Amino acid sequence: MATKMEITMEPTIHKNNTQDLKVNEVLQKKPPTIEVKEVKVWYDDFMAIKGIDIAIKPNTVTAFIGPSGCGKSTFLRLFNRMNDYIDGYKMEGKIKINGKNINKKKVIVEVLRKEIGMVFQKPNPFPKSIFENVAYGLKIQGIKDKNFIQKRVEKALKQADLWEEVKDNLKKSALALSGGQQQRLCIARTLAVEPSIILMDEPTSALDPISTAKIEDLIRELKKKYTIIIVTHNMQQASRISDYTAFFYIGDLIEYGKTKKIFTNPEKKQTENYITGRFG
Amino acid sequence: MNSIQKNRLKDQLFKFWGIFCTLIGLVLLIVFIGDILIDGISRIDWGFITDLPSRKAEKSGIYTALMGSIWILLLTSLIAIPVGVAAAIYLEEYSKKNWLSGLLEINISNLAGVPSIIYGLLGLEVFVRIMSLGASVLAGSLTLSLLILPIIIVATREAIKAVPSSIKDASYALGASKWQTIWLQILPASGGGILTGVILALSRAVGETAPLIVVGALAYVPFAPQNPMDEFSVLPIQIFNWISRPQHGFIENAAAAIIILLLITFIMNGIAVYFRNKWQQKWK
Repeated sequence: MATKMEITMEPTIHKNNTQDLKVNEVLQKKPPTIEVKEVKVWYDDFMAIKGIDIAIKPNTVTAFIGPSGCGKSTFLRLFNRMNDYIDGYKMEGKIKINGKNINKKKVIVEVLRKEIGMVFQKPNPFPKSIFENVAYGLKIQGIKDKNFIQKRVEKALKQADLWEEVKDNLKKSALALSGGQQQRLCIARTLAVEPSIILMDEPTSALDPISTAKIEDLIRELKKKYTIIIVTHNMQQASRISDYTAFFYIGDLIEYGKTKKIFTNPEKKQTENYITGRFG
Repeated sequence: MNSIQKNRLKDQLFKFWGIFCTLIGLVLLIVFIGDILIDGISRIDWGFITDLPSRKAEKSGIYTALMGSIWILLLTSLIAIPVGVAAAIYLEEYSKKNWLSGLLEINISNLAGVPSIIYGLLGLEVFVRIMSLGASVLAGSLTLSLLILPIIIVATREAIKAVPSSIKDASYALGASKWQTIWLQILPASGGGILTGVILALSRAVGETAPLIVVGALAYVPFAPQNPMDEFSVLPIQIFNWISRPQHGFIENAAAAIIILLLITFIMNGIAVYFRNKWQQKWK
């Protein structure tokens, strides 16, 4: 256990029993720090990220914006190492979360991903019941305590503002929910594992305006407890929900700062052109 | 006749030609089955299934061959399914895409096209002689397992490929290991496809004759196999044997045995279709 403790992001404890997870909840109050230094990414010969430095502020919503193919999704997926499985992927540089380099060999990627949740572009519930979807993250940790799982599922569904709609049908297939409900279920599924950082890759791009508004409200609510990084193509969305905005263009971070400043008085011409819709 | 009418005519002509082509296979199959039924249906009774083979056509039954086929089927499933599914999972989920995996892939596809008699020779050399299993049920099952492995691997890989990557992403992102993702998400979601492939492969194994003849399956066995090391016969070999006899009674026996063999494969294919449909409803 000693080595495992070392690699986890402090002061979290990752053991497979309920007691520790309860302790974990208390300890996790301390917000995480994220620093990225000189990160470069290649897919075979193609350089997708050309050397990016950024520090994400804890308990904020940071929006990554930029035209398609600018590398923002690739960059987002670096934080929970979801690029690892892609053939030809190669990375250089350092990503430190709470001071620990997450790409070190001794980091157990499964542990890292419990700390850093992710919500995807298209709602992707498992073809199981609503309850099983939310409980999945706990069950794979080896948690057997039914009461504990029950409580966590309820809490997560409440946090994701879905509880009232599904509480009588927890055994129903998740695939029977509407798109917006499915995406909130995916958020609940992520929250059930109690991460400290949540990555969102265009979470509303497949949803109608009403479902989108609900998710945006949710994000505003969640930032009190979590650090959220969201990739979005929607300028209005970025300005509505984020505290900080980073503008990416062809693998480079062009500008990063307070959302208000980026949207009202950007320093770079490229940023201005993009947010005013002159290109992209 | 203007060009529109010409095109209409071509359309019509092709339609009839298409119907004709479709019917060729179907009609021939119906004629064949009809012929077999006329020859053999009157011969099928409980005695035909439970009687041992005999020199007299009217006394002979298919008991030993049927039991041999069932033994072969069970043992082959036990050997080929775990090996084939595991190999497919490895190729699809673990192996890195490089020249080695490319080579493996090409070889597996090629193996699926190797004539079955070659597998028989391989089985004879490796299982019967080198491993000295003799002309046993086990040697036969191992040989047939080799024969259907490529089919199972290809079918399983296709089924695994059909699982949306978003499901895998979701599982990994929640901190699941590769094994957990395979076991809890990929296999349940691809189970219908895997099962279909496996059953179709097995129904091919039931009908194979050539490799088993080479391995040394007998045309006449006076008893049903009691354990995997026993000698055996199978239905196709029994049919082959009866057809080569001059007496009319044996021709009738062969037709009746063909009906039983067809019945077995049709039932297996039916089960495969049933599972495929059931799974599709559940997971999509």
